Amino acid sequence: MEIKKTQNDSELVMAISGRLDTNAAPKLIADMDECLVEGVKTFVLDMADCDYVASSGLRAILGAQKKMNALSGTMVVKNVVSDVMEVFEMTGFADILNFE
Amino acid sequence: MKKELKIEANLDNLDLVLGFIEENLELAECPMKIAMKIAVCVEELYVNVASYAYDGASGDCTLYFEQDEKTPNRISITIEDKGKPFNPLEKADPDTTLDAEEREIGGLGIFMVKNIMDNIIYERKQKNNIIIMEKTW
Repeated sequence: MEIKKTQNDSELVMAISGRLDTNAAPKLIADMDECLVEGVKTFVLDMADCDYVASSGLRAILGAQKKMNALSGTMVVKNVVSDVMEVFEMTGFADILNFE
Repeated sequence: MKKELKIEANLDNLDLVLGFIEENLELAECPMKIAMKIAVCVEELYVNVASYAYDGASGDCTLYFEQDEKTPNRISITIEDKGKPFNPLEKADPDTTLDAEEREIGGLGIFMVKNIMDNIIYERKQKNNIIIMEKTW
C-alpha cells in the first residue's frame, strides 16, 4: 500500500493505493496520527486505488473518524470502489462515514 | 484439486497466505468480486492464528484449498494450527448500528467472515484447531 498526502491550508488529503490489509494498516494509522492534528479541519481519504480492505483497515479508518470528531473537523471518504463499498456496508461502516 | 500451504504462523507470512489463496481462486475461476471477500476472510482467520494461537511463540499453520470437480463453483478453505484451543466463532457479533464514538472494534473480522462465507465450522481435533469455510458462487 502507498499513501500520498496533500495539504491545502486546513484540508488534508490522503490517497491510498493498493491493499489496506493487516500489515498496511499500522502505516496508515501512524501517518494519520502524525498528520491529523490541531488545524486540520477537513480530512479527505481518497480510496480510488484501494481495492481491498480487511478489518484492521476498517479499524484504522474508524480511528481517523474519531480523531476528526475530536478535532471538531469533518472526514470525507471518497472514490470508494464497489467491492470495498460492500465491505463498508456489511460492517455498518457505511452508516458511520461520510462518502463523496 | 487440493492444494496445501504449510508455513510458520506470523504476520510476515500474510503476503504468502494471500498469494496462495488468490492464485488458487484464480485457477478455480472464482469471480474477482467474490475472490476479494474470500481473501478478507482468510486474512482475518490467519491473523488470529498468527497473533494468538501460540502466544507469541512460533508454530505452524497449514492451509488447504479444495475444489471438487463435480461442483466447480464451490471451494473450501481449511486453516489448521496446533496452538491453544481457540474457537473464533464464539466471539459475539459487534453492534453495527452504533455511531463512530460508541463503536467497539473487537469482533469485526469474524463478523465479516460469518457474513461472507456460506458455511464456517470450527473443530478441535488431536490438539489441532481446525477452521473450515465454504463458499459457492
